[in-house]
Amino acid sequence: MAQLTFREAIARGIAQEMRRDESVVFLGEDIGAAGGVFKGTVGLLEEFGGVRVRDTPISEQAILGAAMGAAMTGLKPIAEIMFADFFAVCWDIVVNEIAKSRYMTNGQMTFPLVIRSGNGGGLRFGAQHSQSVENWAMMVPGLKVVVPSTPEDVIGLMAASIRDPDPVIFLEAKALYSTKTDVPDGEIVDTLGTAKVLRSGSNATLVALGAMVPKALKAAEELAGQGIDCTVVDVRSLVPLDTQTLLREISATGRLFTVEENPRLCGWGGELSSIVSEEIFYDLDGPIVRITTPHIPLPAADALEDMAIPSVERIVTTVSKSMNS
Amino acid sequence: MTTTTPAVSPMDLDEKLALYRTQLALRFFEQRAYDMFLENLVKGTSHLSLGQEAIAAGVAAAMKPTDWTFATYRGHAHTLARGVPMTPVLAELLGRSNGLMAGKGGSMHLTSVEHGVMGSYAIIGAHLPIACGAAWSAQFRGTDQVAVCFFGDGSTNIGAFHEALNFAAIWKLPVVFVCENNLWMEYTRTTEVTAVENPAADRASAYGLESIMVDGNDADAVYEVAAAAIARARAGEGPSMIEAKTYRHGGHSRADPGKYRPDSEVAEWLAKDPIPRYHTRLLELGATEDQLVEIERDVVREVDLATEEAKAGGVPGEDLLMKDVWADGGSSWRN
Ligand SMILES: Cc1ncc(C[n+]2csc(CCOP(=O)(O)OP(=O)(O)O)c2C)c(N)n1
Repeated sequence: MAQLTFREAIARGIAQEMRRDESVVFLGEDIGAAGGVFKGTVGLLEEFGGVRVRDTPISEQAILGAAMGAAMTGLKPIAEIMFADFFAVCWDIVVNEIAKSRYMTNGQMTFPLVIRSGNGGGLRFGAQHSQSVENWAMMVPGLKVVVPSTPEDVIGLMAASIRDPDPVIFLEAKALYSTKTDVPDGEIVDTLGTAKVLRSGSNATLVALGAMVPKALKAAEELAGQGIDCTVVDVRSLVPLDTQTLLREISATGRLFTVEENPRLCGWGGELSSIVSEEIFYDLDGPIVRITTPHIPLPAADALEDMAIPSVERIVTTVSKSMNS
Repeated sequence: MTTTTPAVSPMDLDEKLALYRTQLALRFFEQRAYDMFLENLVKGTSHLSLGQEAIAAGVAAAMKPTDWTFATYRGHAHTLARGVPMTPVLAELLGRSNGLMAGKGGSMHLTSVEHGVMGSYAIIGAHLPIACGAAWSAQFRGTDQVAVCFFGDGSTNIGAFHEALNFAAIWKLPVVFVCENNLWMEYTRTTEVTAVENPAADRASAYGLESIMVDGNDADAVYEVAAAAIARARAGEGPSMIEAKTYRHGGHSRADPGKYRPDSEVAEWLAKDPIPRYHTRLLELGATEDQLVEIERDVVREVDLATEEAKAGGVPGEDLLMKDVWADGGSSWRN
């Protein structure tokens, strides 16, 4: 057992898989000598060398195109897109090329690749370096979408994503990079498509993702003080979605609150709400409530950004108001 | 930058007869595809290579079976030239279950991994970086495979083109880019919207690529420059750009009559049709008229048979609809 930060866990997860599988390669901007702009890839160049860990030009289409071409011919590339907002300049490769090609070719090709990216706000970077884009990725048939919330999950889900034969969008909440927790020694391998119940309660179920998970947990503690006993579920994987765990935990309390960092429209909570309404409507004891970032570009000023992204306080007041009405 | 150009052994007459056959096969296949489009049997859209056959045929003749082709939506010819049989290609155009991708891709996405045809891409420029990735994989694994990537003159103004050229150069990738400069994008002349005269070659030299111009209506010339560029790539000497000047005989797609092009220009290029030219050359080299007629008959038989077989294909079943989104063969996104 050792204390590890979220950013250190990224390098550990990648290194674990690169040691095990020679066909895993890693490319991106400033990932090698510099160790990543968020210092998430420190030590990888030193251990694996410049042939497997390659710095690229600022060419997002080339980075992802290269990852795709390498994946279809037998390598298992990990590509970094520095900030998730930058997906917009290479979205064609993700959506039209990587995601569609297996289906279009009637299964002739597989794309065992991972695209990891710093996602979301909290760092006061302003609108072009802060958006939470998990909902962009989730709506594309052919992409798996994974969002860890703890250092241990970073390692285990990174390993599972690299070993998975399909393309995985791996979104790392930038706001969590410096969080530090105990992580077991040795190999860690998790399973995609599994949500995790982090706290069990009887009154309401809070379902959260990425940087919203620790906030939901904190809110649940405060709500417990008010006599509202909450379950907290970490979704972890939007595609595949562990609806069994989610529906079970929502049925058990009869109330669903989603906590989402993405701007409101078409956020993952909307999809979850629709599934819940169709399948366990009669288990609900009250309305589904979505707690999201408003439908705005994120502002830079700390005061404004804090108003926009769901806070512990907003979660607590929203839940308690709804539960007491 | 000095490069040693590996010697290319010239083709003998038999090889040239084979190259003639390939060109004819591409020509007659495309004519059949057009006829079947007019009969409303070919659905959706299709983009023919009529007039441009010498490029697909000449380059393919220079490739090893293990090399990779990356094509565009105008990719029937490039697919067939790698040895993919006509029946599944035509059946794919008809949306039949015996199609190359069982009808799931269509005319613009012909793919046969088995033959090294690593996809046909319909987003302009996207496949240039993808071809770089395949080339990177060959370089990394130490195989001698080369990726060959075809695209049009209009594709030289999109960002992915420029990213890919720089990327291929800095990593010294075994990739050969082939620009088929047929002078027109869809309905606009490329030089009207391009800052340089030779849209691919002039840019390629700026990125440090070996840059080659060739008459794209001369299959032998295409073969020679392709063989040299592929040999250089295979030898670890890095990427090349071949810009092959050519002309499409028909419109951009479907029933486009191509009326935006001056009659004199069309006439000038019809006179440079690669197939009669090659026919004449073969006679000069000692082939007999009988030999060439027999090849022609053989190709007609092949196209007729493919037509029958493609038409006889079934309608794709519902079982295919939800298949192969994921590597496990399914499409499930939840448990
Ligand atoms: C990104 C993108 N923009 C526009 C189109 C529409 N489009 C399809 S083909 C074409 C013309 C391409 O011309 P060129 O590259 O010269 O190839 P050619 O069709 O002549 O083979 C255009 C504009 C597209 N498919 N993708």
